[in-house]
Amino acid sequence: MHPVIQVSGVRKTYGSTVAVDEVSFEVNDGEIFGLIGLNGAGKTTTMECIEGLRTPDRGAISVLGLDPFRDVYKLQNRIGVQLQQAQLQKRIKVWEAIDLWALLYGKKATDGERLLEQLGLADKRNAWFMTLSGGQKQRLFIALALINDPEVVFLDELTTGLDPQARRAIWDLVRGIRERGKTVFLTTHLMEEAERLCDRVAIIEHGRIIDIDSPQSLVNRHCPDRSVILASDDPHAAERFRAIPQVETVTCSGSQITIRGRGDDLVTEVIQCLSESRIRVTDFRTILPNLEDVFLKLTGHSIRD
Amino acid sequence: MLRGLWKLTWIELKIFLREPLGAIGTIVIPVLVFILVGRAIGPKLGPNAAAANSFIGVGLPVLASILIAISAVLSLVTIISIYREGGILKRLRATPLRPQTILTAHVFVKLLLTAATLFLMVLAGKRYYPVGIHPPLFGFTIALLISTFSILSMGFLIASIVPTARFAQPIGAIIMYPMIAVCGLFAPIASLPPLMHAAALIVPLTYAVSLLAGIWRGDPWSAHLGDVAALALVFLICTALSAKVFRWE
Repeated sequence: MHPVIQVSGVRKTYGSTVAVDEVSFEVNDGEIFGLIGLNGAGKTTTMECIEGLRTPDRGAISVLGLDPFRDVYKLQNRIGVQLQQAQLQKRIKVWEAIDLWALLYGKKATDGERLLEQLGLADKRNAWFMTLSGGQKQRLFIALALINDPEVVFLDELTTGLDPQARRAIWDLVRGIRERGKTVFLTTHLMEEAERLCDRVAIIEHGRIIDIDSPQSLVNRHCPDRSVILASDDPHAAERFRAIPQVETVTCSGSQITIRGRGDDLVTEVIQCLSESRIRVTDFRTILPNLEDVFLKLTGHSIRD
Repeated sequence: MLRGLWKLTWIELKIFLREPLGAIGTIVIPVLVFILVGRAIGPKLGPNAAAANSFIGVGLPVLASILIAISAVLSLVTIISIYREGGILKRLRATPLRPQTILTAHVFVKLLLTAATLFLMVLAGKRYYPVGIHPPLFGFTIALLISTFSILSMGFLIASIVPTARFAQPIGAIIMYPMIAVCGLFAPIASLPPLMHAAALIVPLTYAVSLLAGIWRGDPWSAHLGDVAALALVFLICTALSAKVFRWE
């Protein structure tokens, strides 16, 4: 795969505060790449350096072969940007914003109308920006980011502050962007969003990147633990489970038994043991670690704010 | 570079007129006050009151022009700082729009509104004030454009540095209004105490007043080249400075 974004050794300070330091990564053509971290970890700074809105103190950035700082106007014609907490003029109408953006990028107004249609904003085309709901505003910003048919789309904290329903609708939109062959670079502090949406994620903490990979690989690498929780009245069950090689601990509380171990085979081994020993169970659940567990382990704190 | 300028100007004008007090505050109220005052005192003045040098004949039109220009500046300062605080400037910046285009669009909107107000005032003046003079309207318009550009550039500088939208209007007012006191409108500059006299010489408004009053009276442009040069200098300095210190967010 060939990278469309290359970042190497980027450092940015505000006064004496180091916002990002030694940040290096590549984003491949056609993938959804997520930068995840707490508020203030350096996500937005990194993204805005790549978009050409900020100049890094050190390091090199290349987007579609262009230097975001030197070639900022050339680059802006080929990327689409949605900024965190952006606003438009309170009383600008939806179609006026679309119309202006279309003109700025040299596109026909009909392209904008089609986007409004696709994003479910067609009936809001005469509404003032200030009267839109949070989800409608974000959809408008997505429309504006897509109006120039960009090769790379930047989405900064796209679903923050939206209700779960609006959030899911937006996730579908982002997947749709990838299906049209675009590359998506997004930031989020929602682990569920990163896990469901991103092909690869980079975890950033205190301005430094801790690890980069697909969500599943990160989970396998950093949190190989698996748990099986089952309910059984069989008095010999616990000792049978302890005999399984992958099992590390077995704890009982009443009829509930929790089996902890490592590796993908743990669940299979437990099921096999149940069937061989004819242990009767009334409940069976597996607990698999997710990106949130990885984040907790790597950074030492939970992402929830 | 100017891609989008006309569309942005047109949109910004519409947005301004959608503000609850936008058009009423900037156009209707000044004109209305002007008419009411004219109806109240006009008949008492008699047809020959407007001798070329009296306050009614020259001072009032110039004062009105200056006040309208200043209110345009204050409104510009406020709008820019609201746009900055709300992240609107930042969003516009992340497009092929150049910063100059955004600022120029706002200047055009302000100029347009200023022109509309003054046009209505001239019409009202003809109707309600028994002013027996015929000022060179075309020349006065040019003089007013030069003055307004210069005053607006001071507004840019203020807009570039005010910390928040809440402070924009008061800080702008504190800087702009005292200039009126020393600019020569109410007392000849030569008669001011030394300190105020010195202040008058460095205040850009002094040159705007001198130019506007002169052209209104029918002076030739050659008599006011110094004023034009001073106003151009102010424009260049303020524009250059604000380009340096302008903050987008």
